[in-house]
Amino acid sequence: MAKTGATVEVTVGLSSCGIAAGAADVFSAFQREFKEKGVDARLRRTGCVGMCYREPIVDVVTSGGAKYTYGGLTADQVGRVVEEHVVGGKPVDDWLVRAEGRELPDETYYDQQVRLVLRNAGVIDPESIDEYIEVGGYAALTKVVKQMSPDDVIEELKASGLRGRGGAGFPTGIKWGLAKKAPGDVKYVIVNADEGDPGAFMDRSILEGDPHSVLEGLAIAAFAIGAQEGYFYVRAEYPLAIKRLRIAIEDATERGFIGENIFGSDFSFKVHIKEGAGAFVCGEETALIASIEGQRGMPRLRPPYPAVKGLWGKPTNNNNVETYANVPWIISNGAAAYAAYGTESSKGTKVFALAGKITRGGLVEVPMGLTIRQVIEEVGGGVPEGRSFKAVQLGGPSGGCVPVEFMDTPIDYESITKTGAIMGSGGMVVMDDSTCMVDIARFFLNFTQDESCGKCTFCRVGTKRMLEILERITAGDGREGDIDLLVELGEQIIGSSLCGLGQSAPNPVLTTIKYFRDEYEAHINEKRCPALSCKALITYDIDPDKCIGCTVCAKKCPVGAITGERKKVHTIDHDLCTRCDACRQACKFDAVTVR
Amino acid sequence: MEDTVAQSERMVEYLGVADEVAAKYAGLRGSVIPVLQQVQERIGYLPPEVMKRIGERLGVPPAQIFGVASFYAQFKMAPVGKYVVKVCHGTACHVQGATAITDALCDELGVTDGATTEDGKFTVESVACIGCCSLAPVIMIEDNTYGRLTPDEARKIIREYGD
Repeated sequence: MAKTGATVEVTVGLSSCGIAAGAADVFSAFQREFKEKGVDARLRRTGCVGMCYREPIVDVVTSGGAKYTYGGLTADQVGRVVEEHVVGGKPVDDWLVRAEGRELPDETYYDQQVRLVLRNAGVIDPESIDEYIEVGGYAALTKVVKQMSPDDVIEELKASGLRGRGGAGFPTGIKWGLAKKAPGDVKYVIVNADEGDPGAFMDRSILEGDPHSVLEGLAIAAFAIGAQEGYFYVRAEYPLAIKRLRIAIEDATERGFIGENIFGSDFSFKVHIKEGAGAFVCGEETALIASIEGQRGMPRLRPPYPAVKGLWGKPTNNNNVETYANVPWIISNGAAAYAAYGTESSKGTKVFALAGKITRGGLVEVPMGLTIRQVIEEVGGGVPEGRSFKAVQLGGPSGGCVPVEFMDTPIDYESITKTGAIMGSGGMVVMDDSTCMVDIARFFLNFTQDESCGKCTFCRVGTKRMLEILERITAGDGREGDIDLLVELGEQIIGSSLCGLGQSAPNPVLTTIKYFRDEYEAHINEKRCPALSCKALITYDIDPDKCIGCTVCAKKCPVGAITGERKKVHTIDHDLCTRCDACRQACKFDAVTVR
Repeated sequence: MEDTVAQSERMVEYLGVADEVAAKYAGLRGSVIPVLQQVQERIGYLPPEVMKRIGERLGVPPAQIFGVASFYAQFKMAPVGKYVVKVCHGTACHVQGATAITDALCDELGVTDGATTEDGKFTVESVACIGCCSLAPVIMIEDNTYGRLTPDEARKIIREYGD
């Protein structure tokens, strides 16, 4: 929080990615420095501010309220920041990435962003309920319980135009209405935090950065549909998110925001955390419910929908993390304010996890209707220099690769679906000319084939056969007719699978065939990988004009495939070479060529 | 090779853990997965005898316990190394060279992907996304995440744990 006070405030971003980049060491370095030098400053922790490419990130807020952001700070640099800035009052210009009133390049990262879901992420301490309350937290729940009826809440949600952020985009208000209408005294609400899409970390960042907003949204849903109990189904791979969620639930219970007779009303609400055990298919709601019940996470036929018959056979509402995090904002600011953002059919904002071959990878939130190009180029800064942008993968294993020609597609559910991809939960993995699209298709099929629960034959066997075909194409053994066979198999799997996993598993293959058929053909007919990525189809050589005989490559080669005397041109034995790329990375003279 | 007395003593201990954890969940619905998680957390894997005992204590057929345990990636049927080196193979890590990281680690430790070193110290395991995509490629050892790796850096990290 940019709070003005007598002392200087230093805030360290402590999300999983920040910690992986060394933020915990930076935090302890500040602690140590403050103690040793007797500095009168406040040290705070916060969640993910979204500039993952700059981690570890430290904010220094001066006693006058001016905020300075340092990026890529190491523990060694902390001493200088403390001495010159915290104590001396003079910012260390060299390491600043953002500061009010200065034109630093990272300022543009936020120009196109509208942070509603991420309103508190990177601002408040996620482990402090007081800080959440101070920024208006639990005001929405208070308003709902004290002043609104369940129908009012549902109508407000409908008017906001909020649609499910897990990927399918079903209108949230309508979903809640169905669960409310379903007969029964016992009902449940579930948060799907089983973020299984590879390349997606929106839900982790929200839970790590602002767990109370999701809990508050869940409590509002429980009030609206008439549920008494709620479950967070969180991936076990997210230990920090689980820890912060536990703290949030304990604190909120202690303050009476959840528990018995909330605000003296007859609304009571209890919350549990269930740790997922590692099964992608549990992102599907009926599979997720089976998993909470302690069964194998296998989907079942719908209808009946969970709104009518869900957990333990009772009416159940299930939404993902981001959907719930939107709810308190909508209640507090009104449906009209929310619907002012976005397009005709897709209202509000969407959080994306930008990763892959991108300059400024991170967690971003933009209004619906912005184009894919704007997100990648204006927010993300495009692909790193020297490479050209080729495609973006949206929607993870259920989505598809959108090629550069479609970069001006606006971000809304319908427009993205038209490209053959899906909005998905928000993974946006950028690919450049060094990424092989056949290999990407193989990668996703390998994933879905492994994660298929095995219930439907077409999904279980069909994905396996598709994977085998893709493996042989990337290994240089592709046959004529393989592309048609992939399309045929893909269409049959889509038509004959029960759940979203099977119905969407062929998408990455079908979209890459649609847009990058020439790459498939090059692999099959010419035994060539245009991106120079598939190991079986590339050859390493040393350019005699550039090699000076420094012997570095020969020393680096793990299989002894490179020979040559000092100061003489080296050569690579193609039979021994494993194409590990170590020599090319080691050569300072660009003498190692790949073809 | 460990003698059979030590082995059976250890199994008695494992069964005790199963009893203790299952007792906490007596009469609660949907307890199979949390019980398996907590037992594995304490003994490292799920031997058949232990799964059978959990079934008895929870009143669930052993076949159903095994069905659940074999369905989810988290549950291990064989002992794993002291350190499980999880190599992320999410999309971002894949395009940033996760395969080369796995290759380097397997080479460094002299094992294949998924296997445990002879001294029982390391298991190399390819995992789905661990959600640190902007730091790709990433590995995770215990609760520590290491990002922006090169194959050489990955080798260095392993050596630090080896010492």
